[in-house]
Amino acid sequence: MATAPLVRAPAARATAAAPLRLTSWRRPALRALSIGLFLLAWHVATLWGLDLYVRFQNIPSPGEVLAEAIELFSNRSFYVHIVASLERIWLGFAIATVLGVGLGLAIGWFAVAEDTLFPPIELFRPIPAVAWVPISIMLWPTERSSIVFITTLGAFFPIVLNTIHGVEGIDRQLVRAATSLGARRAAIFREVVLPGALPSIVTGLSVGMGVSWICLISAEMISGQFGVGYFTWVAYGIVKYPQIVVGMLTIGVLGMLSSLAVRLIGARFMPWLPRREKDGA
Amino acid sequence: MVTAAPAGRIEITDLGVVFGRDGRRVEAIRRFTLLTTPGEFVALLGPSGCGKTTVLNAVAGFVPPTVGRVVLDGEPVTEPGADRGMVFQQHSLFPWKTVLGNVEFGLKMRGIGPAARSTQARSYLSLVGLAGFERAYPGELSGGMQQRVGIARVLVNRPRVMLMDEPFGALDAQTRLAMQELLLGVWREVKTTVLFVTHDVDEAIFLADRVAVMTARPGQIRDLIPVKLARPRPAEIIATPEFMALKARVLAQVREESGRAWIEPRP
Repeated sequence: MATAPLVRAPAARATAAAPLRLTSWRRPALRALSIGLFLLAWHVATLWGLDLYVRFQNIPSPGEVLAEAIELFSNRSFYVHIVASLERIWLGFAIATVLGVGLGLAIGWFAVAEDTLFPPIELFRPIPAVAWVPISIMLWPTERSSIVFITTLGAFFPIVLNTIHGVEGIDRQLVRAATSLGARRAAIFREVVLPGALPSIVTGLSVGMGVSWICLISAEMISGQFGVGYFTWVAYGIVKYPQIVVGMLTIGVLGMLSSLAVRLIGARFMPWLPRREKDGA
Repeated sequence: MVTAAPAGRIEITDLGVVFGRDGRRVEAIRRFTLLTTPGEFVALLGPSGCGKTTVLNAVAGFVPPTVGRVVLDGEPVTEPGADRGMVFQQHSLFPWKTVLGNVEFGLKMRGIGPAARSTQARSYLSLVGLAGFERAYPGELSGGMQQRVGIARVLVNRPRVMLMDEPFGALDAQTRLAMQELLLGVWREVKTTVLFVTHDVDEAIFLADRVAVMTARPGQIRDLIPVKLARPRPAEIIATPEFMALKARVLAQVREESGRAWIEPRP
């Protein structure tokens, strides 16, 4: 009698572990099933040409999109569009980062900078970057520069505002601690303000990256001759409907990968943050 | 390993600090006078809001005196400096620096090279019993360990004065006792002047050479009580008749002052 629990113990442990193991494959399976059902519904809707107020007659089916994607990605000309978009994003985002972080640090730290630089930023901030397209075309000599300008503009505001917010949110006690350890103004800026504002700056960069993609695609659709946005819009014009969806999916994947890159690079610079915060959305 | 800090004579003369402007003036301290001898441990004890921390901030150079003056070894205090390191109540370590990076900070500010910085910082970390935690981040440490880093970070600068603003106030009772004993051990090694703010009577008597009991706001020194208990002081000393007698005397004064702080209308 006394030995019975000892014998049973391993079995009990196994059943205790079982639900854990079950969920470890059940949840991914559920997610895969969810995507599978979505694709099936899409397939059926386009196959039958459903007309339920929303109309599926002209919508390409998943199979058509896949075939088109294989065709496009084995062809050089599609990569020209991708490279054009990536180059504009990279340039616009880099300029916005330098300007946004630089101005944000200055505005957050120096009252003079806040009084002189912040008012125009506040004035222009409510204007969506896309509304700048006509002015941008007049302002800049080339199509490339005007689209980069729109992309920069979109990323700039979230970056500058989050940087200001990060600097202003720095714990004054840390500044005091630094001064009572012998830090002067320049050292406080370098050792306390910069790292203290970094989490907020990275948040700004992450949001800015998302906004700059929105702006890039809009600008390309309106005024471009290259780029994934241009490609997607032209596909509609020349009635190559599967290409529209391939363009959309390409934009989605590129946007996701660039946001992921921003977050991963940001996390590398902030090893002190707990891992949970790093993984994020 | 640890050499004696130079001097550390604080002269606070008729210090008065007033915050705010005409409409909402708050007189934090008034005619506060205190003289410490080099290497002395003085506890500032008083009810909350009596201006204890303001005295500390004035010595640190964070808060300019409205009247009166603070002089350290003959030189008037005008700004914060590494010769008057402050240990705060909590959350004052740089979260983005490792334990070693935090302790090295003052040395880095003095332009000392990385190798020498690391050696010195490590020796102070082992002094506070944190050898082996160099690479940890403050967020990974317990509250008591964080405060030990805070103490090492100040002492590595060999300050003339260590200012401590309720450094153990946020810790649980057991940890607090352990930290008090640790502090006395460390202080015996470095022999710097300590100005220690607390509202805990036991803590003040256990640690200090003299306990300055403060009045309710605007804070002044009500009584300066020498603590003639022999050192080193074991934790059990708080149960001795001498300690109890002293505690009764201090407690009566503190209770009177905190009563006054509640009853009297704030200016």
